[in-house]
Amino acid sequence: MAFRDGPFENLKVPLMWTAALAVALGLAAAALLLLADRRQETGGLATARAGAESAIGPVNGVFAYPVRWIGSVSDWVGSYFFAVSENRRLREKVAELEAVRDANIALANVNARYEAMLGIRTQPRVPMATARSVSDARGPFARARLIDVGTAGGVKVGNPVINEHGLVGRVSGTSGSVSRVVLLTDASSQVPVLIDRSDARAILRGDGSDNPRLEYIRGQDALEVGDQVLSSGDGGGVPRGLPIGVVARGVDGSWRVKLFSDRGAIDFVRVLKFEDFSQLVEPDVLMAPPLAGLGVAPAPVAADPPPPAAAPAAAEPAQ
Amino acid sequence: MKRSLAIRSDNGPMQWIGWPAAMAAGGMLLLATPVQVFGFNLPEPILPLLLAFAWPLIRPSLVAPAALFGLGLFLDVLLYQPLGLWPLCLLVPYGVVLAARPFLAGQETRVLFFWFALTSALAFLLAYLIATLSTGMAPSLLALLGQFVPTVLMFPLANVLIERFDDVDARFR
Repeated sequence: MAFRDGPFENLKVPLMWTAALAVALGLAAAALLLLADRRQETGGLATARAGAESAIGPVNGVFAYPVRWIGSVSDWVGSYFFAVSENRRLREKVAELEAVRDANIALANVNARYEAMLGIRTQPRVPMATARSVSDARGPFARARLIDVGTAGGVKVGNPVINEHGLVGRVSGTSGSVSRVVLLTDASSQVPVLIDRSDARAILRGDGSDNPRLEYIRGQDALEVGDQVLSSGDGGGVPRGLPIGVVARGVDGSWRVKLFSDRGAIDFVRVLKFEDFSQLVEPDVLMAPPLAGLGVAPAPVAADPPPPAAAPAAAEPAQ
Repeated sequence: MKRSLAIRSDNGPMQWIGWPAAMAAGGMLLLATPVQVFGFNLPEPILPLLLAFAWPLIRPSLVAPAALFGLGLFLDVLLYQPLGLWPLCLLVPYGVVLAARPFLAGQETRVLFFWFALTSALAFLLAYLIATLSTGMAPSLLALLGQFVPTVLMFPLANVLIERFDDVDARFR
């Protein structure tokens, strides 16, 4: 006897209820995942995420090929129709920048002399890795990119990422061949910055829009529209002096920054393999007694012996 | 004894769940390409929200919530969001439409569009609250609209899916 001819023939599966049960189970699993996952942490779910991203990277590269082709066609069309006006604009820009270049050479020369005279410990050169961005997450909840260089290229979590215009973001996760870059516009991004004109300090905080906010601004009259914003280097996460953008007023009245990195498509980027050079001292050295060197130093030769009355008074605090 | 109703062979879960899910995932991958066309970034609508609305109207299913959960995890990895955010925000509108199915099925397109906008707004509101709680920063409302509006404008695709499949299985008419 076939199953459909048996007593279960008229048994109707309550599909509505089983579907509702499946939804409830899915909601519970999603809530548990949300409680367990933290994007910025390492290990556990972050490892699974890195594995999935390293698979998505090459697949997206294949999917992106026709879209990139359309993008290059639009660039070609734009450059064809606007070649004359673009040429005129570039000639003016070159004339303007030649004067800036000459002044820059003179300033660099003077600055090098000052550094030599003052014995300033300058920032060592930062090695870089060039990468192409293969995937772009926009939207209000996350602004991040996948780039096609990973731990095999020497990239570490925390490395700053720049393009030809300025700071783009920081590496937040790596696998062998791809890395995840959290952009300055992401809601979890916070970067200490300085205002070039007033030397004021602030925190640049993303909120999912194109123009991140300036918060915790220190100093009176610290900001004006059009002020240049640079990375301050405070905290050692990002080198000092990377160009970020210019100050602007948002539609909500808040201080915001128009990013330099948005001047063109963020296609190719450079990862700065930056390590804060002031943090490279061995911890044991820092923990040593500060005056331990005095024990082995030669005794100072006194030209004149101190007066007898002053000697016991000077010894008292040591007892 | 033979069954009285013949079920069409092109009506299996692969046809109305599998292929649309694959196309939604492929579309999200395509739109995540970092390229500017005539100076503008590509829009990034949440395409699986179309499926979360259309699938319960076509018929209740065990496979559809599981597929939505998988698509949600894929979105979380692709869009770098906390794991679990989009599974939750896809299953909630699915559940709402499933509960409203008795009076939504067979309604005219304008009514369905209104309900799609409503359930999508619910999903975005939930995602907004979760993102605010997890980062401690309320995302920009303008940026939220920048993703919500393109998603709602994709409704004709959901309508095509509903019209293609909602009458093919007579058991669910």
